[in-house]
Amino acid sequence: MEQAGDVRTIAASVPLLPPLPVVPGSNKRTRLFLGLAACAVLLAAATFASLALGSKPIALGTVLHALVHHDNSDDALIVRDLRLPRTVIGLAVGAALGLAGTLMQAVTRNPLADPGLLGVNMGASAAVVVGIAVLHLDPQTAQVWPALLGAGIAALLVHTLGGRGPRGTAPIRLALAGATVSAVLGALVSALTLSDRSAFQDFRFWSVGSLAGRSLSVLGQTGGFMLLGALIALPLAGSLNALALGEDTGRALGVRPGRVGALALVSVTLLCGGAVAAAGPIGFVGLAVPHAARQITGPDHRWLLPYTMLLAPTLLLAADVVGRLIAPPGEVDVGIVTALVGAPVFIALARRRRVRQV
Amino acid sequence: MSPDTNTDTSTSTGMGTDSTDRHRLSARNLTVGYHGKPVIDELDVHIPDGSFTVIVGANGCGKSTLLRTLARVLSPLRGTVFLDGEPIHALPPKQVARRLGLLPQGPVAPDGITVLDLVARGRHPHQNLLSRWSEADERAVRDAMAATDTTELADAYLDELSGGQRQRVWLAMALAQETGILLLDEPTTFLDLAHQVEVLNLCARLHAAGRTLVAVLHDLNLACRYADHLIAMRDGAIAAVGRPGEVVTPELIEDVFGLPCRVIDDPETGTPLVIPLAPNPLRQEASSS
Amino acid sequence: MRARIGMSARIDMRARISTVPAGSGRAARLRPVTVRIGAKRGRPGRSVISFRLSLRACLVIAALVAAGLVISALTLSTGSYHVPLSDVVRTVFGDGSTLDRFIITRLREPRLLTALAVGAALGAGGALFQSVSRNPLGSPDIIGFDTGAATGALIVITLIHGTAAQTAAGAVLGGLATAAAVYFLAMRHGVHGYRLILVGIGVGALLSAVNGYLLIRASENDAQSAALWLIGSLNGRGWDYVGPEALALAVLLPAAWWISRALGVLELGDDLSRGLGLRVEWLRGTALLVGVALAASATAAAGPVGFVALSAPQIARRLTATAGPNTLTSALAGAVLLAGSDLAAQQFPTGLPVGVVTAVLGGLYLAWLLSREWRKGRP
Repeated sequence: MEQAGDVRTIAASVPLLPPLPVVPGSNKRTRLFLGLAACAVLLAAATFASLALGSKPIALGTVLHALVHHDNSDDALIVRDLRLPRTVIGLAVGAALGLAGTLMQAVTRNPLADPGLLGVNMGASAAVVVGIAVLHLDPQTAQVWPALLGAGIAALLVHTLGGRGPRGTAPIRLALAGATVSAVLGALVSALTLSDRSAFQDFRFWSVGSLAGRSLSVLGQTGGFMLLGALIALPLAGSLNALALGEDTGRALGVRPGRVGALALVSVTLLCGGAVAAAGPIGFVGLAVPHAARQITGPDHRWLLPYTMLLAPTLLLAADVVGRLIAPPGEVDVGIVTALVGAPVFIALARRRRVRQV
Repeated sequence: MSPDTNTDTSTSTGMGTDSTDRHRLSARNLTVGYHGKPVIDELDVHIPDGSFTVIVGANGCGKSTLLRTLARVLSPLRGTVFLDGEPIHALPPKQVARRLGLLPQGPVAPDGITVLDLVARGRHPHQNLLSRWSEADERAVRDAMAATDTTELADAYLDELSGGQRQRVWLAMALAQETGILLLDEPTTFLDLAHQVEVLNLCARLHAAGRTLVAVLHDLNLACRYADHLIAMRDGAIAAVGRPGEVVTPELIEDVFGLPCRVIDDPETGTPLVIPLAPNPLRQEASSS
Repeated sequence: MRARIGMSARIDMRARISTVPAGSGRAARLRPVTVRIGAKRGRPGRSVISFRLSLRACLVIAALVAAGLVISALTLSTGSYHVPLSDVVRTVFGDGSTLDRFIITRLREPRLLTALAVGAALGAGGALFQSVSRNPLGSPDIIGFDTGAATGALIVITLIHGTAAQTAAGAVLGGLATAAAVYFLAMRHGVHGYRLILVGIGVGALLSAVNGYLLIRASENDAQSAALWLIGSLNGRGWDYVGPEALALAVLLPAAWWISRALGVLELGDDLSRGLGLRVEWLRGTALLVGVALAASATAAAGPVGFVALSAPQIARRLTATAGPNTLTSALAGAVLLAGSDLAAQQFPTGLPVGVVTAVLGGLYLAWLLSREWRKGRP
């Protein structure tokens, strides 16, 4: 058969092909490494700004000096006891929210997935409100256990209701499930806070995410959970890449979709529960940052996860600094600023690009 | 183009004395269905090593279901799929993925993915936490792209490509997996005839290079031309198995597709060519002109 | 089956219309029938009004009306002062004791009618929104309209300290401005459903941050009353609320019904719709305008009651088992949902705002639907 001869010549020629002149993609890898370094520089700048800028102007030298030596001056107190904790908490919370958002968008293959939209933040908030209103927990300390429990229950509910049926996930159903869980929990919070005036007062301030007034002990209570969540999330990148080609292809490449989904769920719970307990529900970081990072990295999660881990805290800290300066003598809480900054970016993205699948 | 290196893990695991032991991929007493309703009932099948097996049948006869079960994507209600003598659903998924690849029907790709990135994702079963990208990965991806003639497309975005190019890229992704067995679920759907032939010629080259190929195809004539082993299915059961030249008869086609036809020799290859019988008005027109 | 056929005969006699089954035999029992009013013998193409009506839709409408009547009767009869059902009927038809008349016609009837009208407006508006965005999440509560209305109201409450009427006006203005902003921001080579939702969510998040800021800055009393308004409540709604809402419905519902058939075609995609001769952009703009007007009128009357606009069309779609906007069924489902929720809310000793109940009821219903479909394995 003529075709067979044809086949043999081509098959034989395959190993004889000359090596490619340039390893394809090595340029891209260099570019992405440089980009990552640039993101790290940005994050360092945001961190420094967060330490140096505030409603009370403090000279740069004084800031640096205060960081090294605690001399009990007013400036040193402000830098070490006010700005340092909120900066460190901001770093952790930002990274956690960014990672959680990326993870949720990857697992659900839904560009709209976000800890806020899918009800996970609401679950944590509701549990904290129940803790404050019913169990009379102290609203000033981090309510990490209620937050984790609430985030976990909400994530599980959303995952069960909207998650994979026998034929895989349907983004629309997942989003519906998220809206459902959010609405029910929101109603629960309203019912509780409207009948309890002091709980309403606490909740009114707590429900707008903020980094202000947190001590470093908050991070001690929540940081471990966020770190654990990140440690679970990062190794999933390869599996998420395979699953991004569809559930069948993912399976054919040796991924267990159920296990990846479950691990992602645990990770999202730890990340969101910890973040909400530390800073209250901060929206938009988890939604906007992965979209922005994807513009640089493309859909490769091995790059996307580290990029969001650097870009999300950058956004959060920058927003916090802006909030401190924008309305003197008061402050605008970071949860409000992230939305004010993130929303227009997000709208611009939605307008510019065909947002289809992640 | 190195086919699988894990082949020698096969041999007997004491799983009976029938054909299962002699073939790398086979299934026994397979019952598969959705929501408890069987689509495939009590089916035995084996895939000859080194064959280009094509599964044909009418819509809804269970071709894709069979293929997806063989690929471990679906779990059977009853029965077992054997890969190298071991029950495939008991094997660790990555181990299966290093021996057997699947290109599913209508695969989805994330927006803005480049060809190289997509092909590289086929290396997933060969990677673990520590070795993320090795020389072997590099070589496998390069070979896969060379074999599918997609090297030039490496930095292009998948959404910019034509249908035929895209399908070649997906094949490259499955090839980068470096498996001895490759399952293809309707790899030519939505392609025009030239692109169908292009993709199938590529499949034939891969087959000639030593791979076992199993494909579900819609076009009977192309199936007859490229397959050396044909499985015809009807209502979740196997209607005929064998070389296309031996099994494809007007009776079988009538039985499987309910289509009255003539079978002649393909003037190009000598393989069977199925010609549907024309209804009267068409035939008169043809004879009068 | 016999009963269903009987029903079509009854429609036939009552309205003096002819029904032509789309098929015959067993398969036809749930198929749509063509209803023609004023049909002339021998000229089947010429009728004054003709539309297709599925028997299942008829049954669903009948069941929803019945449920609405039962809920209405219970709402009028129960409360801190109990009125027996027989007295309720007598009072509604103009008889009854002075006390009964006062309680029912002054207090309970307007509140009930407001609930029904607001629910219908939300249901129909939600159906239009979801149809245009081709997405069950594309309802006004998700894509920012409610949040915008809340911003308007919050500005009036916390900054101007206005009256209830001013608050309602602020809410409507806020909602309309938000809807316009979302529409124009989403416009780029035409408006696409997906982008509409994304932009809506973005604008909504922006405004909810503004709302949070306004709430923090407000005094405790202002914040409390604003929070109550934000949930949506029917407490103390008198006849002055019923009139405007009924007027809005009288204009907007027929408009919604009129465009809903074309919207059903639009759901199949822009290109196909253009091929079928639809003016796509015009239709989409009109549908959104009517939908926004419906949502705005409802918000003015009861505050941003959540979840009715989201769940009523979903309930209607599943009950009637037909695609398309299902405008009228959605309106009925919304009315029943809101009136039922208000009835339930009034059973709580402290008087829960109805928005809490709609969220819980609508949410639980959707959760049940989702889990049922999950078990069936539908995608």
